Amino acid sequence: MTSSSNNGNGGETSRSLIVKDLVKAYVPGKPVLKNISFEVRGRSTVAIIGPSGTGKSTLLRCINRLIDPTSGTITVAGHEITRLSGRNLRLARHHVGMVFQEFNLVERLSVIENVLCGRLGFVPVWRAWLRKFEQHDIDRAFELLDMVGLTDFATERADALSGGQRQRVGIARAVMQNPDVIMADEPTSSLDPKTSVEIMELLNDFSKAHDIPVLINIHDVNLAKRFADRVIGMSMGSIVFDGPPAELSDHHLKQIYGGEGWLS
Amino acid sequence: MNSRIWERFTPAQRLARFTIYLAVVLALVVSLRTVQIVPEFLYDAPTQMADMFTRMWPPDIAHYKGGVHEALVESMHIAGMGTILALILSLPVALLAAKNITPVPILNWLARLILVSSRSVNTLVWAILFVAVFGPGALAGTIAIGFRSIGFCGKLLGEALEECNKGPVEALKAAGAPWPSIFLKAYWPQVSPAFWGITLFRWDINVRESAVIGLVGAGGIGMALDTAINLFRWTHVSLILLCIFTVVILAEIVVTKIRERII
Repeated sequence: MTSSSNNGNGGETSRSLIVKDLVKAYVPGKPVLKNISFEVRGRSTVAIIGPSGTGKSTLLRCINRLIDPTSGTITVAGHEITRLSGRNLRLARHHVGMVFQEFNLVERLSVIENVLCGRLGFVPVWRAWLRKFEQHDIDRAFELLDMVGLTDFATERADALSGGQRQRVGIARAVMQNPDVIMADEPTSSLDPKTSVEIMELLNDFSKAHDIPVLINIHDVNLAKRFADRVIGMSMGSIVFDGPPAELSDHHLKQIYGGEGWLS
Repeated sequence: MNSRIWERFTPAQRLARFTIYLAVVLALVVSLRTVQIVPEFLYDAPTQMADMFTRMWPPDIAHYKGGVHEALVESMHIAGMGTILALILSLPVALLAAKNITPVPILNWLARLILVSSRSVNTLVWAILFVAVFGPGALAGTIAIGFRSIGFCGKLLGEALEECNKGPVEALKAAGAPWPSIFLKAYWPQVSPAFWGITLFRWDINVRESAVIGLVGAGGIGMALDTAINLFRWTHVSLILLCIFTVVILAEIVVTKIRERII
C-alpha cells in the first residue's frame, strides 16, 4: 500500500504505540488517569473496556494530544510525542488515525471529500481550498470507498447517509491518513447491533491488511471479546486487566464494573 | 408531614417583577405627557391627507426616464457595493468575536466593541458623517451603508461560528490539519448557508436604506425625492415612492427565491 507519506520511520519501528506512566489530572490532585502503561505493536486489535467516566476517552485523546497529558510519555511509531507543540504536533498527529462515536463527518461536504479530509494534514491549504487534491490521493480515497462498500455514495452529501454508512466514511477517513495507529472512541455506541458487528469487522480487516494496531474503546463486552486479540480493562483510571479475551472472567468484569447483578 | 410548598417565584423575584411593571406604566404615563398633541392639527389630518393624495395623483410616469431612473440605479449600486464592503470588513471581525475561534477575551471584547459601535449609529447618521468627509454623493452613501452593515453581519456570523458543531473540528485537528484547512473544511461548510443568508437579508435591508440616505445628500433616489419634495412636485414624489415600493418588493422576492435554493 502507499507508504510514501509515512515519512521518517523507515517502517522499522513503525506501527507501534507505547504508553508509559501516563497521568492526566484535569483538576490538580484528582487524576482521571493514574499511571497507565501499555504497549501495542503491529497487527492487533485492542479493546479498552470500563465503566463510563473511567477515563477511556481521555486516554485516547491523550494519545493524539487532543488533550494534554499531565505526565508520562507516549511514543507513536518510535517518536515521543508527549512534549511536541505547533507544527511538530500536527506532523505527529498524521500517524494517529481516529474514529469517533458521533462520526464527526463534515455533513455538508460530499462523502469523497470527507474521506479526502484525512489527507488535510499533508495537503497544502491552497489545494484544500480549491479542492485540487492530488490524483494519487483521489485514487486512494476511491479505493477506500470501494473497501467500505460506499462507492456509489461518493458524491452524495455526508448527511444523506445512515449511521452505519457514516461510520464507514469515518473509518475510511482515518485510514486515509495512512496512520501507524488507529484509535476508535466507542465507534459502535450510536449504531444498531448488526451494524456494530460490521463496523468491528471493518476495523479488524484494516488492522490485518495494514498491520496497524487498532485501539477501540467499547462498552459492549461481548463485541470486545469477539473481535479483540487483547482486552484492557480500566476502572477508576487504572488498568485492572490486560490480557487475551479468553482470560477475561466474570471475576475480572466484577472488578472492572463493580456489582454482579448485571452478569447473568 | 407538612404539605410541601412550591411557588414559581421567590418573594424577591415577585418584588422585582412588580417593580418592572410599575416602571413600564410610569414610563408610558410620563411619555404621554411630553408628547404635545395639538388637537386642531389632529382633527385636520384627514383633510390634509386627502389633499396631498389629490396633488400626488396621477404619478408623473413620463418623469421616470428623465430624473428617476438614474437615481434608482445609483441607489441599487449603493446597496450592492455597501453590502460587499460590509462582507469584506465583517468576516475578520466575526472571526475575532467568536469565542471558539479566538480564545482571547480581550480580542473578543474588541470585536464586540466594533460590532456594537457599528450598530448603535443609524445609517442616516453614518451618512451625515461621511457626507461631511467625502462630500455629497454615492461614495458617502456606500460607505455609510457598509459601516452600518458590519455590526449586523459580523454579529450574526460570529454567532453562527460559535454554534458550529465541534465534532468535525476535532476530527480534522486529530488528522493533523493546519488551522486554515480546519477553518475551510470544518467551520466554513457549517456557516456558509448562514453567511449567504445573512448577506442576502442585509442586502434586502440596504436596498430600503439606500433609498433614504439620499435625504441627507448621500446619493441615490433619496436625493431625487428630497428635491421633488422641496419643489412641491407632488406627482414626482408619488412616482418616486412608487418606484421605491416596486424595487423593495422585487428585492424581497429575489431574496426569498435565492434563500430557498441555498439552504
